[in-house]
Amino acid sequence: MDLVIAHGLAQHVLPLAASDLGAARSQMAFTLGFHIVLASLGVAFPALMLIANYRGLKHDDEAALRLARRWSHVVAVTFAVGAVTGTVLSFEFGLLWPGFTGRFGPVFGVLFAIEGIFFFLEAIFVAIYIFGWKRLKPWTHFWLGVGIPIAGLGGAFSVVAVNSWMNQPQGYTLTNGKVTDVDPFKVIFNPAVPYEVPHMILAAYLVTGFLVASVYAVGMLRGRRDRHHRLGLLIPLTVACIATPIQFAVGDSAARAIANDQPIKFAAMECVQQTSTDVTEYIYGRCTSDGVKGGIAIPGLDSFLVGWSTSTQVTGLDTVPPDDRPPANTMLHWAFDTMVGICSVLIALALWLAFAWWRRRDIPKTKWFLRAVAVSGVAAVIALECGWIVTEVGRQPWVVYNVLRTEDAVTTANGIQITFAAVVVLYILLGTALVLVLRAMSRRWREEGEAEGDVPYGPTPGAPDPVAGEVVS
Amino acid sequence: MTEGDAVAAMLWTGVTAYAVFGGADFGAGFWSLVAGRGRRGARARELVDWAIGPVWEANHVWLIFVLVVLWTGFPSAFAAIFTTLFVPLTLAALGIVLRGSGFAFHKTARRLRGRVLAERLFGLSSVLTPFFLGTVVGAIAAGRVPAGSTGDPVSSWLNLLSVLIGALFVAMSAYLASVFLISDARRTGAPDLERYFLDRAIVAALVAGVLAVAGVVELHAKARYVYDGLTGDGLPLVILSALCGVVTLVLLRRGARRWARPSAVGAVVAVVWGWGVAQHPYLLPKTLTIAQGAAPKDTLTALLVVFGVALVLVVPSLVLLYMLSQRGLIEETAAPESRAPAEPVS
Repeated sequence: MDLVIAHGLAQHVLPLAASDLGAARSQMAFTLGFHIVLASLGVAFPALMLIANYRGLKHDDEAALRLARRWSHVVAVTFAVGAVTGTVLSFEFGLLWPGFTGRFGPVFGVLFAIEGIFFFLEAIFVAIYIFGWKRLKPWTHFWLGVGIPIAGLGGAFSVVAVNSWMNQPQGYTLTNGKVTDVDPFKVIFNPAVPYEVPHMILAAYLVTGFLVASVYAVGMLRGRRDRHHRLGLLIPLTVACIATPIQFAVGDSAARAIANDQPIKFAAMECVQQTSTDVTEYIYGRCTSDGVKGGIAIPGLDSFLVGWSTSTQVTGLDTVPPDDRPPANTMLHWAFDTMVGICSVLIALALWLAFAWWRRRDIPKTKWFLRAVAVSGVAAVIALECGWIVTEVGRQPWVVYNVLRTEDAVTTANGIQITFAAVVVLYILLGTALVLVLRAMSRRWREEGEAEGDVPYGPTPGAPDPVAGEVVS
Repeated sequence: MTEGDAVAAMLWTGVTAYAVFGGADFGAGFWSLVAGRGRRGARARELVDWAIGPVWEANHVWLIFVLVVLWTGFPSAFAAIFTTLFVPLTLAALGIVLRGSGFAFHKTARRLRGRVLAERLFGLSSVLTPFFLGTVVGAIAAGRVPAGSTGDPVSSWLNLLSVLIGALFVAMSAYLASVFLISDARRTGAPDLERYFLDRAIVAALVAGVLAVAGVVELHAKARYVYDGLTGDGLPLVILSALCGVVTLVLLRRGARRWARPSAVGAVVAVVWGWGVAQHPYLLPKTLTIAQGAAPKDTLTALLVVFGVALVLVVPSLVLLYMLSQRGLIEETAAPESRAPAEPVS
């Protein structure tokens, strides 16, 4: 296994970063891979926060209100970092890919303009919500907050629709290589939208749910089994456990749609070399030009999954010249299998919780359940990254599928290797600082405990403000 | 007016909003940087945190708006600018990362060392980002970003004109911020900080004025087209800007602080539109006009529709945000002490 990875690194990653195109691709992949986690939190975390807020107000539940307030502080930090990493991406559209934006900006740009509206609204309502705990009336505050997840959904739709368009471009006319006519509706509602957009939005909820729940699972494993931790575990975990099976179904239909819309991407995901029927499904294994070496082989299953019958014909990589095939075939295949594998395991976790809840209205008693939840967050993030690798590397060598090659989109400016190196260092520091800051917040809250007046809405007279130490009259 | 002109006006509206709101925000970071470590400096920084905390994020969405409208409406200009000016734009993006994360982290950092580091990063990048964006504007105005080919990656923006305009951006940001902070200090009932920022507003205004004059002289030498525009069609706006600047100073000196803010904003808005008028009809002076660079008609129409929707949805939300913020209904960090007693919570 290590050998495969080492081989993959030596063969694909090293020469990649050595060329300008490779460095540009690596930088884009790295910054997007970083941003996608924060963006997922930005889309789904506010919803968790509002569920806690609603519960707190409706049932006069102090622990839920405290959770909502603390989560809003976490959202404030992750949203801010997500906003800057998102701004970096919009710079990179020009810094790295002027051949793409310079040519197709008029086509997909409208979607980003729409996204701009949603992002604006999200930023505004996040600010109002975070800063409104003290002085706004409780229900006014809650309803103003409801704007955040709605804007988040709209923003996610617009951004992912751009990626869908890159996979299934339509709605424009090229005359002498220049875009002349644009049909914005066809661009916005391109054929990949119905499966890609829900897949990503569900992923955001799934990742955020498991990630937040995993934090409280760790706390409970360390013996903190108060109501605060129980709620902190249950709210996100319930959301994630509902999202996971739906995600599996959506992902399954997405894979079938890709087999039809982007057969070469699908062939690379499944290591299908020659077009044929009765194609074997391989779980892991190494992809070579004469078939898959190693791995678990299930005869006929791949054909069956594509068309519900082993006689379904599956397109192979041999239908296009080698230059038009995605690179790093084994990595792609592994990424796909890992994503599907993690999702399957998470479904088992969801069933476990559902069973225990149905029997006893409680989470499973064993520590193994908490241990499983504790690792589910990281597992979900890995699945998210794997999915992103599948869709992005799987589209290569095209930036716009079958229309514009990545090598024709890259900038002519020099020095991408330097910026790539700088970005890696900067983002590692940024990620580390983010984790340290969040841990510091959690430690501070724990030291303050429940008695320290962290209760939102109309603080008790004379209680010190936990954030600034200010005395509220 | 063609649709291309309408989208250009929309782009310019975004640039103006960014210059005002983003500018005031950068300026606040500038004052945080130079406030020093003493008690007074700490109070000034407290005021800055308190004033921009709820609004800084929204203030910077304008930049994304500008980028998106540029690449959608005028893609070839966008590609040319980002290819030739790769270096200053990369540095500006770096500044944006450091600034946002510095501000987000400095409140939550537990140890003093971490907090000071985050604050410094925030302050320093609040100076560097507008500076590099200013050098970009200088390079475009001087016609050093040719359409269809690549300009010099270094000398295009590392020259006297670009540096002057970069410095002017920093000075104008600091000026705007200090005028805003005067009324914020008044709102919290901190007369010492009112005086503190009054002194600084006057210095910043004078520095901005000197840089503006030097910039115009350099424009005469290096960017004749824009110079001619500024002294031709753009002249009324240039005069208006100078007038607003002087009026603001007089108002501040006389203690009539109410009108100082709109008048300071007017000075910035007038100069931004002065530049736009001076450059018209060019996007990239002398090589690409608005008509040549505009996207297909359907795209422009779609952008205008989106802009209309944005006006209906975003503007009222922004007004709500600024109103809640100005009325003290949303705040988290403490205002500097000696604040008027808070309204009783219902």
